[in-house]
Amino acid sequence: MTAALAADVAVSNAALRRYLHGLPGVDQVGAEGRAAMLSTRSIKAASKQQAIDLAISMVDLTTLEGMDTPGKVRALCAKALRPDPTDPTTPHVAAVCVYGDMAAIARDAVGDALHVAAVATAFPSGRASLAVKLADTRDAVANGADEIDMVIDRGAFLAGRYLDVYDEIVAIKEACGTAHLKVIFETGELRTYDNVRRASYLAMLAGADFIKTSTGKVSPAATLPVTLILLEAVRDWHRQTGQRIGVKPAGGIRTSKDAIRYLVMVNEVCGEAWLTPDLFRFGASSLLNDLLLQRQRMRTGHYSGPDYVTID
Amino acid sequence: MMEGRLDVRKTYKLYIGGAFPRSESGRTYAVTDAKGRFLANASLASRKDARDAVLAARAAQRGWAGATAYNRGQVIYRIAEMLEGRRAQFEAEIESAEGCSARRASAQVDSAIDRWVWYAGWSDKIAQVLGSSNPVSGPYFNFSVPQPTGVVAAIAPQRPSLLGLVSVVAPIIVSGNSCVVVASPECPLPAITLAEVLATSDLPGGVVNILTGAPGEIGPWLASHADVDALDLTGVVDDGVATEMAVAAAETITRVLPPPSSPPDWSADPGLGRISAFVETTTVWHPQGV
Repeated sequence: MTAALAADVAVSNAALRRYLHGLPGVDQVGAEGRAAMLSTRSIKAASKQQAIDLAISMVDLTTLEGMDTPGKVRALCAKALRPDPTDPTTPHVAAVCVYGDMAAIARDAVGDALHVAAVATAFPSGRASLAVKLADTRDAVANGADEIDMVIDRGAFLAGRYLDVYDEIVAIKEACGTAHLKVIFETGELRTYDNVRRASYLAMLAGADFIKTSTGKVSPAATLPVTLILLEAVRDWHRQTGQRIGVKPAGGIRTSKDAIRYLVMVNEVCGEAWLTPDLFRFGASSLLNDLLLQRQRMRTGHYSGPDYVTID
Repeated sequence: MMEGRLDVRKTYKLYIGGAFPRSESGRTYAVTDAKGRFLANASLASRKDARDAVLAARAAQRGWAGATAYNRGQVIYRIAEMLEGRRAQFEAEIESAEGCSARRASAQVDSAIDRWVWYAGWSDKIAQVLGSSNPVSGPYFNFSVPQPTGVVAAIAPQRPSLLGLVSVVAPIIVSGNSCVVVASPECPLPAITLAEVLATSDLPGGVVNILTGAPGEIGPWLASHADVDALDLTGVVDDGVATEMAVAAAETITRVLPPPSSPPDWSADPGLGRISAFVETTTVWHPQGV
């Protein structure tokens, strides 16, 4: 079904453009209103406890800094495996997310216990030739990454060269081999919600396993309305093709309250099937500490403080 | 039709992080004067307001402790200046809340202003008096320096409503601590008016956070909070409650200043006791001649 649709619309830039521009427009006020309405849901104790554990298990614990060192990555991996050493019942996170050259160190540190996600394709700008991006991807996979986070060429996308973006995603997907491919749109640069919806379909057509909002390097990063549009896209795609694509909001999600709002939205839009680390992830670093503080608060009955979690 | 103006009544809110939010719970309680007549509605703070206040205090503490002692002294003196400029309002509020004479209210405001000035002067003298240069048996300089404890939660005394509050808050912040204080539940209005003074005194938002409501409700949450470094129980009258809070505080290694054994004379010279209760002594060794 997917292959047939792709063969139909990805024959030329004009055909792809017709398909993407033929998607229904996003009702901006409606999307923002729905996201705001869903975030007022009150989640009470037992559900909150479950939601916090679920959110922890969905975190892609991330460090993407120029100053990353092997030691920092190893420390991150130790935290990913055992987020709260004071409480062994705390679930581990879904994956660690690092630059491609650190993937080997991360893989060495986590073994087969966690996924190792590596950003590739000249992250975060994506400004490099296809050959470099392919080499970057192959290098990350060879280093042991089993998930690749690629960025799309926003310049080409905004200029309307959709087929170029499509072909690039297809080529990277091929270079990934068995590794899962997450496609980052950098929604903060796409300007309109219509563009976000078009980018979602473009990536799904090209074979993305996950669609991801942002790199975390551009503000605004993930927002609730943008994630709502991504979730609607994967829901409709599933209805159309039977294929389940994952969603990963990244950047700007710092508190447990925020994370729970996202989970409520996933449940409302896509249903319970998506409430698993295989189909929903948080790209975050400081979020994990806040989730742990909330978890400690519920366990001990008193408020916890930053002295009781690691400084990353 | 217009006969005179409509009343413009003040909404008394909390003071957290330099802003004046309502309680997140949306609750209020009626504040009455000494004769039981309605004065105003004050916010009834919840444990989540206390949590927010601790977050704000933590965020502000490093910057406040990092300011020079001289600068902190100037800011605290500025509070006295602002308070002086609004003394009529404080006198009226104290008079109605405590049911005392105008003369006594005025005397209390005088003392409160003088208290700020007194502590402002101490700001750059604490290190000399509480610190020391220690003789040691080796070629080292050895210094002991008082450092602020961090975030201090305090329960202000019921009376005197303004002077009691100032006498609790000023010694906490003078050394570079930030504080979350629960105001007198019977007379909370002068406390919130004091917050307006603090907000216009160059005091960084979050250094002082004022909650109004039931100390019995918020206090235990502050005592057990792991991110509170010290607890001032001055305003807790019930011995059992004070013990309970001290036990909760011990669980998370929180320094505790117990309530006074007898009601203190707030107008007397306060001495250094309250300052030294909320500093930690750091001792540094430094080789000579390097």
